[in-house]
Amino acid sequence: MPASRATGAIMEISKDLMAASSTPIVLAIVAEADSYGYAILQRVRELSGGHIEWTDGMLYPVLHRLERLGLVEARWEVAETGRRRKYYRITPAGRAQLAEERRQWQAVDATLRGIWQALAISVPHIQQPSATPLRQGA
Amino acid sequence: MSATDHVVSLEEQVDQWRSYLRRRQAIHSVDVAELEDHLREQIAVLVDAGLATDEAFLVAMKRMGSLDALSREFAREHSDRLWKQLVVVPSESDDSRPWARTDAIVACCLAVAAAVAIKLPALFGMQLDQHAGFYARNVALFVLPLVTGYFAWKRRLEAGTVRWLAVAFVAAAVVANVYPLASLGYTERLTALHLPIALWLLVGIAYAGGRWREGGGRMDFIRFSGELFIYYVLIALGGGVFTAFMALIFQAIGIDVEPFFESWLLPCGAAGAVVVASWLVEAKQSVIENMAPVLTKLFTPLFAALLLTFLGTVLWTGRGVDIERNVLIAFDLLLVVVLCLLLYSVSARDPQSPPGAFDVLQVVLLVGALLADAVALWAIAARIGEFGFTPNRVAALGENVILLVNLAWSAVLYVRFLRGHGSFRQLERWQTNYVPVYAVWAAFVVIAFPPLFRYI
Repeated sequence: MPASRATGAIMEISKDLMAASSTPIVLAIVAEADSYGYAILQRVRELSGGHIEWTDGMLYPVLHRLERLGLVEARWEVAETGRRRKYYRITPAGRAQLAEERRQWQAVDATLRGIWQALAISVPHIQQPSATPLRQGA
Repeated sequence: MSATDHVVSLEEQVDQWRSYLRRRQAIHSVDVAELEDHLREQIAVLVDAGLATDEAFLVAMKRMGSLDALSREFAREHSDRLWKQLVVVPSESDDSRPWARTDAIVACCLAVAAAVAIKLPALFGMQLDQHAGFYARNVALFVLPLVTGYFAWKRRLEAGTVRWLAVAFVAAAVVANVYPLASLGYTERLTALHLPIALWLLVGIAYAGGRWREGGGRMDFIRFSGELFIYYVLIALGGGVFTAFMALIFQAIGIDVEPFFESWLLPCGAAGAVVVASWLVEAKQSVIENMAPVLTKLFTPLFAALLLTFLGTVLWTGRGVDIERNVLIAFDLLLVVVLCLLLYSVSARDPQSPPGAFDVLQVVLLVGALLADAVALWAIAARIGEFGFTPNRVAALGENVILLVNLAWSAVLYVRFLRGHGSFRQLERWQTNYVPVYAVWAAFVVIAFPPLFRYI
């Protein structure tokens, strides 16, 4: 068995970042259309261009947390394969949460973009590029 | 290799994977169904892409992630699930729902029937306070047939077995009531004490279904009896609290509930609770850890220490056992407790595992109990002539011998096991084979003692 981390990824994205981003990503995908676990993972793969790949099983605790928080609701249906399948649908509270997440992520994104631009200019001037971002990030 | 081979092996692999997941208590069967749907879809996609089914299964498993990590994540999200809950009526998505509901309804009806049965004689003028002897003799006959009936229904016993059990209950009722026993005399008390033990065997036969002849079936019945006792005590404690509140709040408005309590609540509640407790033990057996072995683990060291100290004190001070009327009964009870400690540690032990420290402790406990009992028997034997043979004393002596034989041979088997000369299974088999002996002796006391002792 490979020692898989909670949300192991092809691009080594840190666990914290994964945990933080999973909520808006899953909510947004479910907001597009009602969906189920496997399809949600496919969509994540597609949207990230294959860069983000969650360990499949780990999606389900996330979905269950969203369900518990009332952001999505689940129902069982019989899929065309004849198996029972659990579909998730976003709730009004989930949409509100998604909008809120979106504002927050846009703020984070805007901030980072600003920093990356500033760094792109300043990095050539400073001779120790590895140390500087750390201090700025702290 | 044909395509069907692949399909079969895939099904086997998925089955195995599913059973691994089911063992994780944080992952419920609904979640397993959801994950299985995922796994199967993943496999189907991979097979479409040209992989063989077993390869596809391996890839899908790997993508799913390790079961440990998965169950950890589930446990974090559903931490409540680590506290095993007894779901009396399972959730909607569970397949066993209708069956569990029928089970609950049947148990409930039988509990009500037991409560009614115990009040039935009152219709014919047999009041509880005036005919205490009648109720004492028959108490098991009001309740145990219904418990037996519950298991007969649940295990779908064959008609032949049911008929046989019914005949045994009727015979017991006849024996308990035709003898001209002196009211509240020795033999009546003995009947009241021993009839439930004899009839408990009938419950066991119904409980084990067709497995009564197997050691496993009897061991399950032993486990059931221990858990039932614990549940019954818990229900009784709850009932006590309930009654106390009832008395308190009605006292506040000047009404005395004692007559109602004595003639209705206590007898009906005590009778119905046996059926309810049986049903609870059945419903929870795979859900909640068995309590009897846990208590055994706690008290075996304490009892072993107690017995060693007692024997040490006897040796040191040279005090003889003070022969009182009840000393034999006290030592009988001690042997019963030791037997229970032994039984419930045997019932929970994996017979394959090698001897450990706890096994040594068990042997110390057994030997301690045997020596303590020998001291008491010695003292009694010396003076049995003075006391004479009353029914109580003969019954107590008989019980002592039965328990002594069991524990002595258990100690021998246990020591053999510790020294690597025997297997633990032998001890288990000895205990399960011995179960009918108690019932046979109890039946003997009920049937033969009254005429032997002239119904005193």
